[in-house]
Amino acid sequence: MNMDQIILGCVAALVVICFMCLYRAWRGPTVADRMVAIDILGILVVGFCALWAVYTERGFLMDIALAWLLLSFIGTITLAKYLGGQQLDE
Amino acid sequence: MNDYIGLVFIFIGVLFDLFGCIGLLRLPDMYNRLQAATKCVTLGTCGIMFGIFLMQGFNEIGVKALVAVPLIFITSPTAAHALARGAHIAGVRLWQKSVCDRYEDDKKHMGKEKPAP
Repeated sequence: MNMDQIILGCVAALVVICFMCLYRAWRGPTVADRMVAIDILGILVVGFCALWAVYTERGFLMDIALAWLLLSFIGTITLAKYLGGQQLDE
Repeated sequence: MNDYIGLVFIFIGVLFDLFGCIGLLRLPDMYNRLQAATKCVTLGTCGIMFGIFLMQGFNEIGVKALVAVPLIFITSPTAAHALARGAHIAGVRLWQKSVCDRYEDDKKHMGKEKPAP
């Protein structure tokens, strides 16, 4: 079995995991459940982009992964502060 | 040789991601889902990144994957902590079989936190 085929199998498994995460974001009973699902989805997409960069040997996908990681962190912090009824500087 | 060690790391990482998302689907409560998914997905994605670094070495992809490991280890638990605190302040109920809620006791005794909006 070739090494590229194993990495492609890992990418396909990550896509399935992302859809499991989207199911929770769709059916979450409260707003906080959806926010947890979106936070986890951001980290999963980072791993997906990195594996896809290895498979296609294109370096710019790693830049997309790093930018996605930081933006996901800032978005989750902002939504958590909004959910707690606070401002961003307290 | 490094390729095979990297593949083992990537495979373990994908397995941890799978377990985390099974926990996200199956557990009964927002806080249980948060702790299961955050811990497993953090370690899983760090495993994927470290495996990519072992496979690629010090080239363009590998160095960026190595930079991403401490970033994930710092940002993911911080975001989960802020999310749990915000949800508790906003009044998300615990599961009815939960045994203790220390943060609720702290809020009663200290009186410094704002009540639920």
